[in-house]
Amino acid sequence: MSSDGSSTPSAAIEFVDVVALIGSFPALAGVTMRIERGEIVLLRGPNGAGKTTLLRLCAGLLPVERGTARVLELDLTIDRDSVRRRVGLIGHTNGSYPDLTVTENVRFWGRTIGATDDEVASAMARMKIDGRLADVPVSRLSAGQRRRTALASLIARRAQLWLLDEPHAGLDAEGRDELDAVLRAAAAAGATIVVASHELERAGSLATRQIEVVAGQTREVGGGT
Amino acid sequence: MTAASVDTNRRERVTGTSFTRGLGAVTLVGIAWLVLFGLVVTPADVNQGESVRIMYAHVPGAWLAYLAFVVTAISSAMYLFRRTRSLVWDRIAGASAEIGVLFMGISLVTGSLWGRLTWGTFWTWDARLTTTAFLFITYVGYLAVRNLGGTHHQRARRSAVLALLAVLEIPLVHFSVELWNSLHQEASVVGNTDVTMDGLMLFTLFLGVIVFTLMYVWMLMHRQRSLTLQDMVDDIGLDVALAARRAEAGSS
Amino acid sequence: MNVSSTFRVARLIAAKDLRVEWRSRVVTNQVLPFAVLVMVLFAFALDSDAVLERVAPGLVWLATIFSVLFLVARTYAVETADGALDALRSAGVDPMGIFLGKTAALAAQLLVLEALLVSAAVILYRADPTPSGTVLLVTTALVATVGLASVGTLYGGLAAGVKGRETLLPLLLLPVVAPVLIGATRATESAFRTNGIAVSEGWPWLGLLAVFAAIFSVVGAVAFGSLIDE
Repeated sequence: MSSDGSSTPSAAIEFVDVVALIGSFPALAGVTMRIERGEIVLLRGPNGAGKTTLLRLCAGLLPVERGTARVLELDLTIDRDSVRRRVGLIGHTNGSYPDLTVTENVRFWGRTIGATDDEVASAMARMKIDGRLADVPVSRLSAGQRRRTALASLIARRAQLWLLDEPHAGLDAEGRDELDAVLRAAAAAGATIVVASHELERAGSLATRQIEVVAGQTREVGGGT
Repeated sequence: MTAASVDTNRRERVTGTSFTRGLGAVTLVGIAWLVLFGLVVTPADVNQGESVRIMYAHVPGAWLAYLAFVVTAISSAMYLFRRTRSLVWDRIAGASAEIGVLFMGISLVTGSLWGRLTWGTFWTWDARLTTTAFLFITYVGYLAVRNLGGTHHQRARRSAVLALLAVLEIPLVHFSVELWNSLHQEASVVGNTDVTMDGLMLFTLFLGVIVFTLMYVWMLMHRQRSLTLQDMVDDIGLDVALAARRAEAGSS
Repeated sequence: MNVSSTFRVARLIAAKDLRVEWRSRVVTNQVLPFAVLVMVLFAFALDSDAVLERVAPGLVWLATIFSVLFLVARTYAVETADGALDALRSAGVDPMGIFLGKTAALAAQLLVLEALLVSAAVILYRADPTPSGTVLLVTTALVATVGLASVGTLYGGLAAGVKGRETLLPLLLLPVVAPVLIGATRATESAFRTNGIAVSEGWPWLGLLAVFAAIFSVVGAVAFGSLIDE
């Protein structure tokens, strides 16, 4: 249930002292944080701090080594599958099939949850990749257009939690503005968005809150401007 | 035995207990007994002559190899069941597979030598020998997968699934090679390791199986414990690494 | 996950795999020529028409099995090119459906490959199947293909995310497919009437192939999820 002014807001993400490994390296060395539904949170921090690992963990891709982790009220240590279905992760890769067209990609992802062609079309329209771009193979798109394709796939999949790793990278100014507008609209519609980014100014103005990730741990920073 | 008490630089009998020491002593006696009986006391074969003595190493070796892989399969299954999930089973599976590969190598080499001495060829394509060779390669692959890295549980899950798949292959490969050989007439004569044995030879063969089994158990216990220690070192490594990682943030 | 959604996912994945191949033509342009090339190289190595005609069935299936390695590598390269397999996992798409879909697509490509190789054998090695032999041949190809595709998808999934995967996959896969090689070759021998073997002697080998296919398609469907997971 989304928090719509009811007395007990539900958390999108609740971590207590979470440890996660990459091989035998503790990429996350004890993360404690809580993110409410509908928030746009910026994860900031130096390279190697663990931002990407944190996002992948929230997506259910990595096992939790120690600690308690709940995403969308589901226990990550027990039920990663259910978490995965409701979460969308866009990282350094886009999860696309480069040989297929934009429409084919978005339709594929939509159909994994049984979305209709209309929903797919509307997702593409929201990301402005319908029309001219729709039948272009993804391999021929610019970075920004591929990003939008990935986001459209996320929308078509009705993801409740969006995890975005450096989403502004490779986009021009116009592309970034468009991305911000989409993210704000998505949050307003009930999605929770976590963005890992180096672009403190831009992402800072977008986010309702900031969390600093350093050496595998997190701490709060002042809210967004 | 706590992690802190393990000093990996000192040469200690760390994985030994009084049980394994006793077992080891019994095994040594058994081996001596087997060597005596196999090489001296038992008679040579009517047809094959002295070369039949290889059988006392070859047959138990093969038997143990298969036993080892069955143990690997059962331990893998125990790991996969949620209720009994524990890395102990994973380590038993890995240790058993290593020993199985060793015994399988022994079995193949002794079998090959035996064939050379008795029938003049190092190799025949009979079902047992060929299946053994295939299993050897399959479990070498299994060991390769165990060393791919990742967390202990990742390793355990991957290997467990692979071990169960490998066990499925055994009857399939054996059966198909046997069918294949039924087309070739000469297979029934050459490579036939069935020997008419008198009582003493039969006894020595059973002795060999028992002694090899004791050797297997002894090696399994030690190897499983050393794998446990290795995993513990990894975990200590984790605590150290965690502390180091947290210290990175120290200044801010 | 209920059955109908698993099959829906499988259809989706299979259609996607085949569509990617249709667009990129990698299998058509690279793997099929490789397979034919292998057949030609066999001829150079064996250098005797009589021998070639005798061993034609074995060579067809050897070339098939070597090509399976490339087909499997390719189908997973498609998934890892832009992190799609990760995305499929992170989206919680039913792994059994992924397995069935990829197996089906792989099987379709394999059947095309086998048809090509049998034609090559007819042309290059003077293989000569009878009408009843052709029925046996087609059935053998279908059943053997299900087995090969299942095993390939399963072990390919295991090797997909790991280091040294190019050398790991052959090491894992080749020993497993030995029964298929034996069974399919014997059945094909009967179909080609090599060495005067009657066509009727080939059908029992189909039993072996069917058991293999049944075991690995079922086990694969069940085990695939835990193999691609982290």
